[in-house]
Amino acid sequence: MAVMTRNETEALIQEVLEIYPEKAQKDRAKHLTTNDHEVEQSKKCITSNKKSLPGVMTIRGCAYAGSKGVVWGPIKDMIHISHGPVGCGQYSRAGRRNYYIGTTGVNTFVTMNFTSDFQEKDIVFGGDKKLAKLIDEVETLFPLNKGISVQSECPIGLIGDDIEAVSKKKSAEIGKTVVPVRCEGFRGVSQSLGHHIANDSIRDWVFKDGEGAKGTNYEPGPYDVSVIGDYNIGGDAWSSRILLEEMGLRVVAQWSGDGTLAELENTPRVKLNLLHCYRSMNYISRHMEEKYGIPWMEYNFFGPTKINESLRKIASFFDDKIKEGAERVIEKYKPEMDAIQEKYVPRLKGKRVMLFVGGLRPRHTIGAYEDLGMEVVGTGYEFGHNDDYDRTIKEMGNATLIYDDVTGYEFEEFAKRIKPDLIGSGIKEKYIFQKMGIPFRQMHSWDYSGPYHGYDGFAIFARDMDMTLNNPCWDQVTPPWNKPAEATTEAD
Amino acid sequence: MPKVMLRRTEKGALSFYVAKKDLEAEVSSLEFEGPGKWGGAIELTDGSRFFVEPLDEEPKLPITVRATRIDE
Ligand code: SF4
Repeated sequence: MAVMTRNETEALIQEVLEIYPEKAQKDRAKHLTTNDHEVEQSKKCITSNKKSLPGVMTIRGCAYAGSKGVVWGPIKDMIHISHGPVGCGQYSRAGRRNYYIGTTGVNTFVTMNFTSDFQEKDIVFGGDKKLAKLIDEVETLFPLNKGISVQSECPIGLIGDDIEAVSKKKSAEIGKTVVPVRCEGFRGVSQSLGHHIANDSIRDWVFKDGEGAKGTNYEPGPYDVSVIGDYNIGGDAWSSRILLEEMGLRVVAQWSGDGTLAELENTPRVKLNLLHCYRSMNYISRHMEEKYGIPWMEYNFFGPTKINESLRKIASFFDDKIKEGAERVIEKYKPEMDAIQEKYVPRLKGKRVMLFVGGLRPRHTIGAYEDLGMEVVGTGYEFGHNDDYDRTIKEMGNATLIYDDVTGYEFEEFAKRIKPDLIGSGIKEKYIFQKMGIPFRQMHSWDYSGPYHGYDGFAIFARDMDMTLNNPCWDQVTPPWNKPAEATTEAD
Repeated sequence: MPKVMLRRTEKGALSFYVAKKDLEAEVSSLEFEGPGKWGGAIELTDGSRFFVEPLDEEPKLPITVRATRIDE
């Protein structure tokens, strides 16, 4: 299908909305828009970070997911207790592919699930005693842990347990950091508030007004930076880190993929905070800027165009040595990048992509697709805020479709009409689109591949997109709902 | 009286950030910017107006201050 005009896109939105009852129609209309480069502020054309409508299928997660799953979970040398019923932690266990180095169960614990496994009696009589006991057990069984975080699930807030008191007491007893996190799932409209709560808990319980970093024997240097908001999915932070190190910087901390508690504690002394996922970690970056005078900048390590831009921007905060370093790195990888583009652009040119992802990818990956000659024709965030959409408007083409907290129904209808060549979204959307015969990549977990960050990541990204898009299997698929009736009865 | 954080953006503009609401907006005008007095009425690019107690001089940004909404 050719490029859609503004009128066509608007008509499509109208048409899709028609099926809803009037009230729902009005609400959902605010979350869908046609991109317009003239608009400076996204809130004029799109509403975001609002409660999802009851009755529609949303793809969002909960505050606990934002704190335990995203921000705290990847800190590898701490034990993160999913405090409450067993399910929240168990069903999300190890699903995010935050890679790390260490011996699981000895000095690192990321893929393990620790839970207080609430039963009826804990709801009735409170779970504080159980939590205290659990912390003692953890200390006995896993003495090499560096600290503990208590991630509250819904019931904790509902029954009013005092996890702060328990944490304080236990922290004094065992002499380690114990962080209570009030990230009950029902707080906020999506995982986004969980990120915020988790950031605040790092500020209050790890930094402790600057006290937190005392006692670590870390010598600050002039080129110290931290990588913030990179969760090392499939090794993303590693393929980013090597570039920074190659240009002469010293990466002191990784937040939080493959990160440690000591790294968090050292961060208030770095020279610059490099922020990849703005949505989940801008809060702590803002705090460090105000309190410790550390500037922060957003960067983008998807695709050579954006990487080059970002490396130069990062270097501009430092002296000539680093600036030369950045040029050297860009020069070094250029032949490799050119070869990749030469190989894949002819195979992927002009292909159209629809995205629907989380924190930063709906806008950050656009450049990488463009480097492959592809075009992003629709994008949207599960839990973005206005500032995310402000940043997206500039990245997207004019008159393309933007959808916030898209519902299952809308996404399907949009895909049917726009007929993209590729859809990038999450596991919940994967199978429906694959059954429809549309090539699909999971853009949360990189579909068990990755890394996608950095130059090395781009090579894998390009290969994966080609592998998916040009796979001959798609033409062979008949959606189950299009099969003739007899065929299905036969199968019974 | 929301607590807001004022900071300079990359482009040098003043940004107005309400942590509680996760709202970030650009300041379009600030009443007192000169030496001697800094703060006062603030207008955001979306038209809403706030007031912060004027300080003696431009503070080191970012800074968290209390702002009151000015309702017309
Ligand atoms: S919403 Fe509550 S019960 Fe559900 S996963 Fe989140 S914390 Fe657990």
